[in-house]
Amino acid sequence: MFGRLTWEALNNGPIVLIGDLSMLGGVLTVVAALTYFKRWKWLWKEWLTSLDPKRIGVMYIVIALIMLLRGGVDAAMMRGQQAVSVGSDHGFLNADHFQQIFSAHGTMMIFFVAMGLMFGLINLIVPLQIGARDVAFPFLNSVSFWLFASGFALINISLVVGVFSAAGWLAYPPLSELQYSPGVGVDYWIWALQIAGVGSLLSGINFLITILRMRAPGMRLMDMPLFCWSVLCSMSLVAFAFPILTVALALLALDRILGMHFFTSGEGGNPMMYINLIWAWGHPEVYILILPAFGIFSEVVATFSRKRLFGYVSMVWALVAITFLSFIVWLHHFFTMGAGADVNSFFGIMTMIIAIPTGVKVFNWLFTMFRGRIRLTTPMLWFLGFVTTFTIGGTTGVIMSVPPADFQLHNSLFLVAHFHNMIIGGVVFGYFAGLVYWFPKVFGFRLNEKIGRLVFWNWLIGFILAFVPLYILGLMGATRRMDHYDASMGWQWLFIVAAVGVAFIMFGVLLGIWQGVVSIYQRKANLDTTGDPWDGRTLEWSTASPAPFYNYAVIPEVTDRDAWWVRKQAKIKPGKIHYEDIYLPKNSAMGIYIAASAFTLGFAVVWHIWWLALAGLIGIITLVIIRVSDPEGHEYVVTADEIKALEARS
Amino acid sequence: MSSLRKAGRPRLWWLLAIPVVLIGGALMAAQGHSFDVLQPAGQVGDKERSLLLLVTILAAAIVIPVFALTAAIVWRYREGNSKSKYSPELDGNVFAEFTWWVIPLVIITVLAVIAWNSTHSLDPNKRLVSANKTMTIQVVALEWRWLFIYPEQGVASLNYVNIPANTPIDFEITADAPMNSFWIPKLGGQIYAMPGMTTHLNLVADKIGTYRGSSANLSGDGFAGMDFDANSMGQDAFDLWAKAAKKLPASLSTDEYLSISKPSKDKHTTAYASVSADLYDRVVMKYMMPGMELK
Repeated sequence: MFGRLTWEALNNGPIVLIGDLSMLGGVLTVVAALTYFKRWKWLWKEWLTSLDPKRIGVMYIVIALIMLLRGGVDAAMMRGQQAVSVGSDHGFLNADHFQQIFSAHGTMMIFFVAMGLMFGLINLIVPLQIGARDVAFPFLNSVSFWLFASGFALINISLVVGVFSAAGWLAYPPLSELQYSPGVGVDYWIWALQIAGVGSLLSGINFLITILRMRAPGMRLMDMPLFCWSVLCSMSLVAFAFPILTVALALLALDRILGMHFFTSGEGGNPMMYINLIWAWGHPEVYILILPAFGIFSEVVATFSRKRLFGYVSMVWALVAITFLSFIVWLHHFFTMGAGADVNSFFGIMTMIIAIPTGVKVFNWLFTMFRGRIRLTTPMLWFLGFVTTFTIGGTTGVIMSVPPADFQLHNSLFLVAHFHNMIIGGVVFGYFAGLVYWFPKVFGFRLNEKIGRLVFWNWLIGFILAFVPLYILGLMGATRRMDHYDASMGWQWLFIVAAVGVAFIMFGVLLGIWQGVVSIYQRKANLDTTGDPWDGRTLEWSTASPAPFYNYAVIPEVTDRDAWWVRKQAKIKPGKIHYEDIYLPKNSAMGIYIAASAFTLGFAVVWHIWWLALAGLIGIITLVIIRVSDPEGHEYVVTADEIKALEARS
Repeated sequence: MSSLRKAGRPRLWWLLAIPVVLIGGALMAAQGHSFDVLQPAGQVGDKERSLLLLVTILAAAIVIPVFALTAAIVWRYREGNSKSKYSPELDGNVFAEFTWWVIPLVIITVLAVIAWNSTHSLDPNKRLVSANKTMTIQVVALEWRWLFIYPEQGVASLNYVNIPANTPIDFEITADAPMNSFWIPKLGGQIYAMPGMTTHLNLVADKIGTYRGSSANLSGDGFAGMDFDANSMGQDAFDLWAKAAKKLPASLSTDEYLSISKPSKDKHTTAYASVSADLYDRVVMKYMMPGMELK
């Protein structure tokens, strides 16, 4: 009846129990608060069923921040373990638990934190920046989000019911095959990613079309803000790369469920095929995450230097070049697999070529500041932190792009330090800059600047403390993912300093939460009444803060880059405004239902509860049919008079 | 904007002293321990280190000016400095942009040539040039032990490997376990050990000594403890060891192999006087053909 699921699945030892209880506590607190303040209906109508991309964007970011906490706790446990597990002392985590933790850490940070922040910011800002009222497919957008949320639910339920994968964040076979990982862990990994991944693919297509088809009249591609360009490039990567992930995961699932042999060691299977497929997705994925961060910095630097972006055309071509190149470098993740020298040097050289357009971008940012009036606000601090850490990460990346040098650094902690250099110093710093920068546009008030600076300095110092020792350890020959090591190696103090670094970062995270609380409390003092708190340049600053649900009462006409800045400089007085009826999508709970069915399907397959899996599958198909054949229509009208009244009030 | 300025700018850059002190301290504590990658004991590791340093210097030639430029620009064009020039419409300069497309291009071209040549000269498949004849050692990664077979001597060792110094070694590597990576950092870079396949890693030790070998790729529960000693010794000492091993009671029969290839975190070292015929090849082939399982 319940497949492999038994009561035993709930019993995972005391450390996991603490995790379970804190998760349960969190959920109960939220439920109690919603009930006490009678906010259930509000939550359902204003948020959960909303098709407004600004609401969906906020929900993405909420999930990303929750996962940041979980992934952060995992990081703290890993470094805590490594700080003490020397010689005969094997620390407080056994090998299997330690391996589950780093597998979960990588999976959550990439798929749920980085992707969540990215899709969150894209939802919030892209429609506003191109002068649109919505995305191309608002309902699909909600489905995407809820699939992402059900992947999130599946990965969290694995903490309570059963175990998580211990095969690393990319689950290389044959380790991830039935022979070596018979439990439910790898299945949880597969299905959480599969469901969230389909959501990402749909979202990628949605924003690709949104940017191509829904720009305000007059806005040519070459007039778009750089953030939109970066999203366009990133989403085209999503559209091409995510199908590869879907297929790779599906084949691995077939191996595990039906006993097939795509990637097994024997019976004609070939694990190398999986490693190629997963990186053919995985390398573009890195650029999917970093390109929007580049876009954010392009906006931030121009705004806070009060100057036009330097070398716009170069910036666009650099983005396009990186987009293209990111598809032909995947093999540099496994130079050590034994390919011939011709193959290895080709991929090595392609990899180092990426440094050229990336370098061009850095120079253009620097010269955007040149002869500007630089305001060192928090987003600018994140930018400066990014330039320094990301450049160092780029350097270590170029070092590892030379295959023989990589042979000595691959799988070592040097490699771990390198990619955290790119992901934290590049992606995370970029998205944090974006969060602070666009916060007033979403909520109508600015975040507390003083605490924001403390957050930044904690992250920066924590980052240096956590990862410079890892570079050093790598050069000492320390490999990644070790739950214990010999005392004679002399590594312990470096691991301890790395753990101190994690403590700084965690303190930075807590300060960030404090910043949110204080900012809400003092919101009256930081209210943005103009809609343009930073003296911005792009269209989103031309509408009120928080942006109204229809974004623009009148769709703006665009004649140049930096459309809003140009309008401000020309001091054009708005003439008599002619309002028109606005058509907007109705709320829909169908996305939630579809995602709930997908969750049911995933959970059932993990535990081999086949009747339930079938029910989930039928559920998805039926719900989609109901939705597409809904005769009542999916839009409602806000009449010109209503808009006029709403605008007059604000 | 005034409220922003009033919010105060806590000057916190001095906090950067914390990492300098702590990391400096940890480095002091690591003194006397080996920086394997930077202190190689073989010519392959030596060349790989030189390559690493060369690329670092080339990259620093761009990175350091960028840092200096960033600091200079941020300081000079800060909002408070009303003496600096302000050109809000300045958005490009053909000469400048040409420069920063071309300079990185030149550096990367140089790097590309270096990469191409070094990848070919340091191809792990390639036998090393030496006055001494290359010796073959077969390596099998197990769960979670390393088995070394010396076909020329007809002996085998478990969880340690002995090699004669100054004799190039061609390691033939496979796995009878999840994929692993065979890495002796003091001697040179690593290569994957994969079931059903053979990879080659050509290394040589220039000095006598004991070097740490590691399992560099996650391969399951016992992976962290799966390290071994690589003992580089004089040719005489090596011959003596091989001769002594021949007289040991234990031999690596197929049964013994099946017993040591069962998952175990036990790391005892041992040697075998003889090895069942074609054992290495049979371990590789068992994955390639149905019905070829070891019995």
